[in-house]
Amino acid sequence: MAGEGEKKAVLEMVQADGADEGCVTFVLHDEDHTLGNSLRYMIMKNADVEFCGYTITHPSESKINFRIQTRGGIPAAEPLRRGLNELSDVCQHVLNTFQVSMCDCSVHNMCLT
Amino acid sequence: MAARMENVEEIRNRVILGEFGVTNVHTTDFPGNYPGYDDTWNVEKFQKNFRIDVVHLDENSMEFDMVGIDAAIANAFRRILLAEVPTMATEKVFIYSNTSIVQDEVLAHRLGLIPIKADPHLFEYRNTGEESAEEEGSEIDTIQLQLKIKCSRNPRASKDSSDPRELYLNHMVYSKDIKWVPIGNQADVFADCCIGPVHDDILIAQLRPGQELDIVMHCVKGIGKDHAKFSPVATASYRLLPEITLLEVVEGEKAERLKQCFSRGVIDLEDINGTKVAKVVNSRLDTCSREVLRHSDLKNVVKLGRVRDHFIFTVESTGILPPDVLVTEAIKVLVAKCQRFLNELDSTAME
Repeated sequence: MAGEGEKKAVLEMVQADGADEGCVTFVLHDEDHTLGNSLRYMIMKNADVEFCGYTITHPSESKINFRIQTRGGIPAAEPLRRGLNELSDVCQHVLNTFQVSMCDCSVHNMCLT
Repeated sequence: MAARMENVEEIRNRVILGEFGVTNVHTTDFPGNYPGYDDTWNVEKFQKNFRIDVVHLDENSMEFDMVGIDAAIANAFRRILLAEVPTMATEKVFIYSNTSIVQDEVLAHRLGLIPIKADPHLFEYRNTGEESAEEEGSEIDTIQLQLKIKCSRNPRASKDSSDPRELYLNHMVYSKDIKWVPIGNQADVFADCCIGPVHDDILIAQLRPGQELDIVMHCVKGIGKDHAKFSPVATASYRLLPEITLLEVVEGEKAERLKQCFSRGVIDLEDINGTKVAKVVNSRLDTCSREVLRHSDLKNVVKLGRVRDHFIFTVESTGILPPDVLVTEAIKVLVAKCQRFLNELDSTAME
């Protein structure tokens, strides 16, 4: 699953032998609480997810172990993908709302206190 | 004790500030935790409840409210503002001559921390690798600055003056003495925007006659995670909106003492039928010192809490980029992070 040759791995999947596709630990490289906690929140909001958590294995290494367990036999990559998409949409909405309120602010000129 | 309706709402929405601790801190509204509540992620509900109100904006700092979002995402924005928005800062300092009493490494450290006014979008990251020994940096990824100054005696000073400002010329080295040296086609590309330190009055070193500094600096693009000199904010922080509820009517001298327990402007005394009655006017101004809980007769009168999804952000920029640009950049960085993993998932799925 890691990149070939010189390319550094960005995302790896670790699965216990014998377990179904629903319980997977993803290793996300070059990430920390910034993406870990916000992604965990978005994935926990999914009703199909039985367990979701992340750990920073060692503070000197910038990688997180992100574990997802689903119920109903759903492959774990699916809530991960959905969580990433939803987080991306949330950020887009926040950006649009912020830009609209900045435009309103400059039009009304009332926040230049 | 079974949780009643009002109690459940309070547990879901408020952080309680008690006398000996803070309770209800974590987000608990995940699907399945509360019977009767549907907590699955709902885009329409989020978009309906979410709003941003800009309270204060000037060229260096802004204060805005973000309401209806969870702490995990608000914290992600704060962390990105501090550590992952790229800027330009001095990385390599070539010291040709330093006869001042400031050591080379201390001087280089100070020069690195000076904020450089240059739009980071117009530059690339420098490719680190084997070529770091040979390549001095090209025009797309490096800004070259020069500091060349020599202190001398002022011939026109009076004989018995002891003021260094009168006796010496150039004895204080300020950031305004740093000059931009365009390389390659930078002189044409950046003809209109002046590249240099943001502030002119940062004191770098002090000299005496005969001492000089001859320094060339290379600035590169980086992020705060690598070194704090790349951080574009003086600081970025948030606090939750405080909420103060008076559980009973407080009047007279007790109301006066209650008013003193909170920050100015939070509690006001109204005149009703001749007695002064306390009323919460603006709980936003409170610093939540919980002073009122130290008084045994006042602590049961008041309930202190914070609204869990109302964040009051304060962003102070160092001057490189305006604070509203910084916030938009931070949001875009989080989108890019998500996109990176989505692309990775897609590419491994196709294998």
